[in-house]
Amino acid sequence: MEYIIERQYKFSLGIKELIRYRELFYFFTWRDIKVKYKQAALGFMWAILQPLAMMMIFTLIFSRGLKVSSEGIPYPVFALSGLIIWNVFSSGLLNSANSMVSNANIIKKIYFPRLIIPMSSILTALFDFCFALLIYIGVLIYYNHQTDWLRVLYCLPLSLILTVTTTLGLGTMLSALNVKYRDFQYVIPFMIQFLLFVNPVLYSSKIFENSWMEWIMKLNPVASAINLSRSAFTGNPIDWLSVGLSFGVSLLLLFIGVYTFRKTEAYFADLA
Amino acid sequence: MKPILEVQHIEKEFLIGGEKEPYVALRDILANPLKRLREPPKQVFRALDDVSFNVMPGESLAIVGKNGAGKSTLLKILSGITPPSKGRIVCRGRIASLLEVGTGFHTELTGRENVYMNGSILGMRKAEIDKHFDAIIDFSGVEKFLDTPLKRYSSGMQLRLAFAVAAHLEPEILVIDEVLAVGDADFQKKCLGKMDEVSKSGRTILFVSHNMPAVQNLCTKGVFLERGKLKFQGGIQEVVNMYTKNINASMNEWIAPVTKGRHSCICKVQTQVTGTQPFHKLKVITTIAVKDDFPASYLSFYIGSLDAVPLMEAIPKYEPFIKKEAAVDGEITIISELDLPPMIQGIYTLGVWFGSSHTHTIDWQKEILTFEVTESPMEGRTIEFPKHAGFIAVQSRVLA
Repeated sequence: MEYIIERQYKFSLGIKELIRYRELFYFFTWRDIKVKYKQAALGFMWAILQPLAMMMIFTLIFSRGLKVSSEGIPYPVFALSGLIIWNVFSSGLLNSANSMVSNANIIKKIYFPRLIIPMSSILTALFDFCFALLIYIGVLIYYNHQTDWLRVLYCLPLSLILTVTTTLGLGTMLSALNVKYRDFQYVIPFMIQFLLFVNPVLYSSKIFENSWMEWIMKLNPVASAINLSRSAFTGNPIDWLSVGLSFGVSLLLLFIGVYTFRKTEAYFADLA
Repeated sequence: MKPILEVQHIEKEFLIGGEKEPYVALRDILANPLKRLREPPKQVFRALDDVSFNVMPGESLAIVGKNGAGKSTLLKILSGITPPSKGRIVCRGRIASLLEVGTGFHTELTGRENVYMNGSILGMRKAEIDKHFDAIIDFSGVEKFLDTPLKRYSSGMQLRLAFAVAAHLEPEILVIDEVLAVGDADFQKKCLGKMDEVSKSGRTILFVSHNMPAVQNLCTKGVFLERGKLKFQGGIQEVVNMYTKNINASMNEWIAPVTKGRHSCICKVQTQVTGTQPFHKLKVITTIAVKDDFPASYLSFYIGSLDAVPLMEAIPKYEPFIKKEAAVDGEITIISELDLPPMIQGIYTLGVWFGSSHTHTIDWQKEILTFEVTESPMEGRTIEFPKHAGFIAVQSRVLA
């Protein structure tokens, strides 16, 4: 085995290295999950309680109070179909954006492909998704909702891929920026709150029909992912144009994110 | 045979004189785009300057030098944490370093979980950790607490566990950075033994330490760094001699941060260790800034250990001999020499008292300087002296 340590000028993804260190994905994810729930008395119950409580409060406000349209399905089913995707995005983004700073002590002392850190913090968010999915199935049974399971089988994974690609793109970009500019630590939670209202988590994206916002919704990968996951349960036709376009956007985000990350990565140890 | 490590013209530059924090607040950039343009170009600090050397397989190489000589930067580059600014290193084997003892330890996880986490961060495969698990636990001696969260461990236990994991790495090149400074004497002995074993097993070792006896024990060759430059490379004995001579020859200096006051005070102190153990001496040059009237005075020196244990006091002349009238250009310089007893290796602190009598202190600067004793106080003994047995190795002999 012969290799050379020198200043890198050329851009590369470093896929080979990522594969060599693949076990670290598992260990970082496993550690984060373990630490997250270890001290909580209710442990993993929190992964279930959180989306459930969110669903209840949203139902109370938006369905009972504001009478928001839910595309002809019970509002809890409607809200949860958006929330499970939204939670992957929001917690994945928050975790990964802070991941480089919170793991600074490791980065400063040991070399391994840095991309593993933001990537595995998104994997942690996917773990919570699995629990939320269990809840969702429970809710579907409770409301005796007629579900086209075959459609769910391709809509949900597709929606998840779209979400993870977007989260990874934004997450790697923000985590790299966060090392250099600590301002992002304050910007990110605010940004996520803001995005919750811009995305059709709590309302139907139909309310923007025939306005300029419709195009933003079509291009926005998170909105598109939510609509995709939702249409699996409402039986509404899938907007394949929006799915295609937003996939393009998310791939662009992924490229920009990973590129920024790889470009600044070498100096993380000097900066962090 | 090709060298296992070829370090070729390595250079590492840092920008200094910029922001205080290494990271930048976006505010500064947004608020002051012009200021950034006007700001004078930042100073470039060269932590490593054209350093080249080769290491052959199975060699154990010591990297010595004073603090700030660039040893840590070199190790960081070798382990890939930070890239060099110029030059390149050709490696023909996996490098693992013990400078990261305990990295990735999480206090919420149990000992067992931490072994796996730490091991995998250090580059071990899960299968490898499984294989060595029993040996690691055995070496660390914490088997009873395996399933206890790390936060309930004493710091000594944490360290032992960390070292045990690192010691069972099987890299071709092992980098060790001053890990022995911690832990009790027993554990230190165990660690040195393990390192000896590693070096005898034919693996290549890079060892960074201030502990010259340990360096001599473990290494066959060495490189000596000074201010980022490779000063000398060669056999270990020559390198150690050079380091010892260099440390002793170097003048240590303290300058009062503020001397604008109206009262006379100590404004500069310089020290130098001369001679060899057990007859080494400390030369102290004290400069007093004369501002106001003061009665005839004298000096007293305090020597202590780094952990603030007072060790000894020296009064070169026990009578008020410093008189205000002797000032030249407002300064009086007194050169004193202290006969040091045979002391164990380590860094010691020096304080200077200046006053006219036991009840009248004019200026007292505590622990302002350090000096290093690098030689063993006892000829032929290369094992480090444990601090708990005291700092002074009294000369002794068998009479009958």
